[in-house]
Amino acid sequence: MARTLTFKIFRYNPTKDNDEPHVETFELEETPRLNIFTALHLIREKQAPDLMYDFVCRAGICGSCAMMINGRPTLACRTLTSDLDDTIELLPLPFFKLLGDLSVDTGVWFHDMAKRVESWVHTDKEFDPTAEEERMDNATANKIYESERCIECGCCVAACATAQVNPDFLGAAGLNRIGRFLFDPRDKRGDQEWFELVSTDMGVFGCIGMMACDDVCPKDLPLLEVFSYIRRKMNAGVKIAVPDLEM
Amino acid sequence: MKTIITDVLIIGAGLAGERAAIASAQAGLDVTMLSLVPPRRSHSAAAQGGMQASLGNSVKGKGDNPTIHWLDTVKGSDWGADQEVARIFADSAPIAMREMAHFGVPWNRVEGGPREVYIKGKKETIVEDHEKEGLITARDFGGTAKWRTCYTADGTGHTVLYAMDNLAIQLDITIHDRMEALSLIHEDGVCVGAIVRSLRDGEIMAYMSKATAIATGGYGRLYGESTNAIINEGTGSWIALQTGSVPLGNMEAVQFHPTGIVPTDILVTEGCRGDGGLLLDVDEYRFMPDYEPDKQELASRDVVSRRMKQHILKGKGVQSPYGEHLWLDLRHLGEKHLTTKLREVYDICMYFIGVNPIKELIPVRPTQHYSMGGIRVNKDGQAYGLKGLFALGEVSCWDMHGFNRLGGNSLAETVVAGMVVGQKIANYAKSATLDADILLAEKFAKEQTDKIAHLVNNTGNENVYALRDEIAHLLKDHVHIFRTGEGLEKAVNGLEDILGRVDKVKVSTTAPGMNPELSQALRIEGMAKQAYIIAKGALLRTESRGAHTREDYPARDDKNWLNRTLATWPAGANEPEFNYEPVGQLDLPPGDRGYGGGQMIDMDLTLDEYNAKVDAEQAALGKLPTEEPIGTGLPKEAWKEESPYKDAK
Repeated sequence: MARTLTFKIFRYNPTKDNDEPHVETFELEETPRLNIFTALHLIREKQAPDLMYDFVCRAGICGSCAMMINGRPTLACRTLTSDLDDTIELLPLPFFKLLGDLSVDTGVWFHDMAKRVESWVHTDKEFDPTAEEERMDNATANKIYESERCIECGCCVAACATAQVNPDFLGAAGLNRIGRFLFDPRDKRGDQEWFELVSTDMGVFGCIGMMACDDVCPKDLPLLEVFSYIRRKMNAGVKIAVPDLEM
Repeated sequence: MKTIITDVLIIGAGLAGERAAIASAQAGLDVTMLSLVPPRRSHSAAAQGGMQASLGNSVKGKGDNPTIHWLDTVKGSDWGADQEVARIFADSAPIAMREMAHFGVPWNRVEGGPREVYIKGKKETIVEDHEKEGLITARDFGGTAKWRTCYTADGTGHTVLYAMDNLAIQLDITIHDRMEALSLIHEDGVCVGAIVRSLRDGEIMAYMSKATAIATGGYGRLYGESTNAIINEGTGSWIALQTGSVPLGNMEAVQFHPTGIVPTDILVTEGCRGDGGLLLDVDEYRFMPDYEPDKQELASRDVVSRRMKQHILKGKGVQSPYGEHLWLDLRHLGEKHLTTKLREVYDICMYFIGVNPIKELIPVRPTQHYSMGGIRVNKDGQAYGLKGLFALGEVSCWDMHGFNRLGGNSLAETVVAGMVVGQKIANYAKSATLDADILLAEKFAKEQTDKIAHLVNNTGNENVYALRDEIAHLLKDHVHIFRTGEGLEKAVNGLEDILGRVDKVKVSTTAPGMNPELSQALRIEGMAKQAYIIAKGALLRTESRGAHTREDYPARDDKNWLNRTLATWPAGANEPEFNYEPVGQLDLPPGDRGYGGGQMIDMDLTLDEYNAKVDAEQAALGKLPTEEPIGTGLPKEAWKEESPYKDAK
């Protein structure tokens, strides 16, 4: 027999006077292969026309729809209700600025992160439209792709203990992005430049190693391997300025 | 009202929009991009399989060149394309791929030596050239003479968009995300910006600019069942149509992709078949070679989708609670291939339909996927009928795709058009001056605030979601793969009825902020009008060409229909106005595509006679003068050098 699902959804509209954060309850008949994307649309279209949330591709590719589903950050589009209990609790991702209900501003945070880590290939070379492309071995291309697969959903940051107490922490997504350019032979940043970028407690040394990011990453990025690579790289042959110890 | 002044306004920050923004920023112009979503969430990110460019590095692409790519593209279009634009595209695509490599895309590269591949259902060993080691490699795609599709596993759109957005961030290009353009500001035939609604807090603003470009992607969501992202509701083409002077071209040319998964309609890439995947029927019989002995599963998308539907109609479909489907078989490709080069496909099947493609068959059926039509522009990307307005990418009808686009050609188009048209936008903006007439902006803003007030305060009882679903049903039932005059009449009548009701849509919530119901309500008129243009255009076009298949007019009619549909919607009119223009200068004479079968009615003009009328007839319908005269980008008869073309792959 079909189940009746109870959705407990966080509601708050910051643009509305006197609105207070609260939880609203909705009921929905479960249908075969129902996912949270379809469920939320049904709730919005039949019960709560002002319900705010974000979906774009609805195929697990664009990273828009991360939210806390029964306490765990994950992509709503590919979460099937059949994998959940009758009562489903939906909260917005913590850490990011709340835009309303389940919608958070991951876009602006990730844009700023990209600026902070200078998320682009640093090179002096100019593009020459008449020349053959620079060669790269396929294994290297695959390695870059592995880190490049991050979809900026924000689950890793939402799950990160360090990020919750240190809002400037680059988070797993930021460190993974650094790894992506460290792997890239086209990027000419030297050890010293990388060191300046990641050696603070906003970077790789701020991570306390609980690795919830690795548990929740919907794309199964090899975050553990990337972090250890960055740490080892930072420890290898970098000149460290002696601190000024005079009191 | 908050008013922002910028040299160049780009509406839509997917691949085409961002590449164009970069061209203007590099030219020293002040650029502002608007997007419904953060740029990296754009639908470009969802493109999986790759981009066609004739680099010819893989051994199966040996001897490839832009002429062969152009030939494939024109044949793929069923001669509906502007051959000069297709040529500009094919010539520029290799440069664009290399440029994207320079910007950071980790393209898959050639590994010298032998490797096992599947070709036409058989395992073969090919030997990649050691001299090409480390150059950008390619996979096979449909309707092509060579392996030409450059890729990063099956996340090509993602990696190219991320590289592009990285560069946009490096150049410090202004991006205002969660913004929706509601109308264009224009006067005396010149566009000077857009009225925009913030999807964060509902604020109405004006952006005034010397040049405005629309790059908002397709309208797939009109069909409801579509592989498109849910934001692809035709918002960009709607603001162009609203002007009353800018025509939409070939809106009836709608692509149905052979492999949308059932249910959910999510796409699995053509790369599945390119890499050796097979289509099977209810008896697990491989049927495509019976219909298409030469190209088999890798005929063009219109042909494969038609054959699939035809086979289902023969009773060979698989019954399911979600309707009939066929199977895509990838099992023989093996676990390693499926979890690396087709990893997104693997994840999609596992997460969304609980199918493990290593061991199980994937349920698929043809699903709305791409809009060949869109805002009609000249070869410089400049919209017909309104100076200062440009369009590029899927939202445009540039028109390199004609009535069917090849897989891998649209993702490539985004970066090529971004590069080529982007430069034209920059050139235009540099020579233009802006008279930021705030009163004019306020007049256009008031139209929108009045509309919002009407949606909230009127006494009608139409529900916007119900209307949206009605539109989708009409298109799905009557304007799909196979079309008939009778069915199309029903669609047109139904849409006429809906058009009479959009005014009675009542928004039930007045909550401030993004108000998703209001956002949908502001789009519904545009959705209904575009659906009408699609259906009416299909009804009027009494021939079959590319993806437009009329059961009652099965022949491709080059005598009467070697033309492009242009639809405008004059202000206050109850229905659109349809006109037809020549497709562009012809160099490859209309002929047999080499797949798909079908009859043809020959044109009765010589190529010279046809070509002689192109410029004047297009100009009469709003084409603005181009930087170079038309035809200059089309080297005549270069294709005659390609005699081995016929059996190249």
